[in-house]
Amino acid sequence: MSQPSATVALIGNPNTGKSSLFNALCGGNARVGNYPGVTVEQKTGRMTLSAATVEIVDLPGTYSLAARSADEAVAVDVLSGAMQGIDRPDAVIVIADATNLERNLYLFSQVIELGLPTLLVLNMWDRIASTGMKIDPACISEQFGVPVVCTSASQRKGIDEVRQALASILTSKIDRTKESAAFASTDSASSNFPEAFRMETQGLLDWLRSKNVTIAQYQVQRLLIDASDAHVHREIPSHLASEVSQQLSEARSRLASAGVKIPLFETQARYAWIKQKTAGLIERPRGRPPTISDAVDRWLTHRWFGLLFFVFLMFVIFQSITLLASWPMDWIEGIQGWVASMLEGFVGPGPLRSLLVDGVVAGVGSVLIFLPQIVILFLFIGILEDCGYMSRAAFVMDKSMSTIGMSGKSFLPLMSSFACAIPGIMATRTIDNRKDRMVTLLVAPLMSCSARLPVYVLMVAAFVPDIRYASGWITLQGIVLFSMQCLGALVAIPVAWILKRFFFRGEPSTFIMELSSYRWPSWHVMFSRVWERVLAFITRAGTLIFVTSVLVWAAAYFPGDHSTVDEATRRLEGLQAAEVTDEQAIASLEESINLGKSRLIDQSFLGMAGRALEPVVRPLGWDGKIGVAVLASFPAREVIIATLGTIYALGSETDETSDGLKEQMRAAQWPDGKPVFTLATAFSIMVFFALCAQCASTLMTIQRETNSWRWPIFSFVYMTTLAYVGAMLTYNLVQRWML
Amino acid sequence: MPTDSSTLCGLQSGERGQILSVEGSDAVAARLLEMGILPGEEIEMIGAAPMGDPIEFSVYGYRISLRRSEAARVRIEKQP
Repeated sequence: MSQPSATVALIGNPNTGKSSLFNALCGGNARVGNYPGVTVEQKTGRMTLSAATVEIVDLPGTYSLAARSADEAVAVDVLSGAMQGIDRPDAVIVIADATNLERNLYLFSQVIELGLPTLLVLNMWDRIASTGMKIDPACISEQFGVPVVCTSASQRKGIDEVRQALASILTSKIDRTKESAAFASTDSASSNFPEAFRMETQGLLDWLRSKNVTIAQYQVQRLLIDASDAHVHREIPSHLASEVSQQLSEARSRLASAGVKIPLFETQARYAWIKQKTAGLIERPRGRPPTISDAVDRWLTHRWFGLLFFVFLMFVIFQSITLLASWPMDWIEGIQGWVASMLEGFVGPGPLRSLLVDGVVAGVGSVLIFLPQIVILFLFIGILEDCGYMSRAAFVMDKSMSTIGMSGKSFLPLMSSFACAIPGIMATRTIDNRKDRMVTLLVAPLMSCSARLPVYVLMVAAFVPDIRYASGWITLQGIVLFSMQCLGALVAIPVAWILKRFFFRGEPSTFIMELSSYRWPSWHVMFSRVWERVLAFITRAGTLIFVTSVLVWAAAYFPGDHSTVDEATRRLEGLQAAEVTDEQAIASLEESINLGKSRLIDQSFLGMAGRALEPVVRPLGWDGKIGVAVLASFPAREVIIATLGTIYALGSETDETSDGLKEQMRAAQWPDGKPVFTLATAFSIMVFFALCAQCASTLMTIQRETNSWRWPIFSFVYMTTLAYVGAMLTYNLVQRWML
Repeated sequence: MPTDSSTLCGLQSGERGQILSVEGSDAVAARLLEMGILPGEEIEMIGAAPMGDPIEFSVYGYRISLRRSEAARVRIEKQP
């Protein structure tokens, strides 16, 4: 698409359907990244509007422009044009939940004072009729002097009207800017502010301007109201900083003696203005009839049932991951085998074939196979988030979370960490208390992320017997998987408690949270979210995991002399192609290939490293190969599967029946002939992966979020220690229990 | 645990009150006010989470969850 001719910011309270509207407007043309300098997710998309391209910037959900959190600060910066790399928007779309319009208009009352052409979208319009409410959008538009559009964004209703309204405010933006600037000064909520406050604002503004500071009136207001919290402080040149804070505290004490209560007067003035403007335009049925949402809510937040339901839901999710994903996983495994045999047909035995088949296909393929489970997991998390259950779960869990040093708000970041710790750690930004946030951030990597899932699934499928209960609906494998998923969370409890007790003692946190109505998840939003994650997963498999697979393959292939094995393979394939049925010749060739392969892998760099590592990992019940695989999986956990895949593909017995990694692992032996992988080893590996910090990107994210190297190093050390000790205990316990 | 009948903590499930004031002038007070917990508004207690904390309220046409410590800062007049 061409260069955008205009930039439009989309802002609204959380849970107003902002993402639905954004997706409806931009379709697939969205880019997700981070704002420069801060790790707030930046989402921009493009739409075509009467032949022109318009860029839409999706701002983080916020209740106010007071900028108390990083998210709110980003919204303010973008709207004021202070955000690097984003032009000051030409217009703003404010999206409001029509069923809760008055409170949603609070943010609108602040946005409109910025003097940008503004479009007000009343979303969830379909609910107005069903709840018996009546709203007059035409009069609201007249009262506030902005165009108003009613939408049901999740059903893609009213989207064309939004486009038309947007086009019209953009084309008339030149004269409208003046008009709305004039409008802002005469008729806005701030004209309801007390005279004393307005005089103090003007005085301060004049003084700042006399010092050549370019600052807008609303920014001076924020300085006065939010005091030291005010985000606009950075607009003040440092040589004026102490003078400004002096002026501010004097002004605030003058205001206090004049009876102006900060921050009460602002909210009172704004809500009074909203009430006055919407008087008679919003009708609610007297004695609100209990909605289905209320009835559902009564049960889901019930003292005991709520907790029970929560545990049950988690169990169902992890059971269905094993059950539902098994079919598509078989297909992918089939495709992988087909690709490998195709390659074998085209490329003769030698380093190139080995690189392609044993390195790339075995490595990348063994990770891609877990795509179905990732999709299912993200789908579930997306549904829970979108339907409004997540905030209930936070409500139900808050008390227990706060006793171990976090808050109910830690719940969502931790829950998303079950998919991936990176978005989880980034989501801790919604926790306003810094100490709660640090504790949450440091335990988030313990939650069982989707990269651990493949490790568990592989071990469980290979070594836990497939016993089914309740006519096949509950499987032993599913139960073990569920327990493994819980393990990290259980360990996180004492860890969080210790962190809070010894590292982050301090002030109690707050839990002021909206519990939005339940709603049907929007499939558009769901699909695009899952798609984003799938794309990220495939990209990882194609880059990071691809590279590691090739490196591991090289370490396991070199420096040995492969000519004898290659020659034997060529002769064997020659015999098979000629359909010679000389079984003795085939068997002797196979044997020499197998012997050669295991000798080669022992002589390789990987084999050497494995022998060096073996004393360290022996207490965990591992052999050197597993040790190397674990070491190689430092960049990302799922790499262990790729590595095992490569190691066992290279060293595997050439036997037509044992093509899967599962089978190859089952067949692996110690030099004395005992199997390497027992149930105890499998559990030891799983426990290690449940607790270790084997994910470079997570550690990088912690570094970025805390802006220090101390915490990622701390995370790595404490998690690796936990993992080693945990795996050792598990190995010994399971082994004793098995005897 | 504060169950002063003159604050939000004193409400039982289904009881209503009229907000008189929000104590303090810090960020917590500002957030409560922004969220529509304003003097003069009517507020209803919906229910408490397991272990009695936090508490769900209905105010300004929507649902909000507050910890007891936050609810204790909101002075109300109980309504029959």
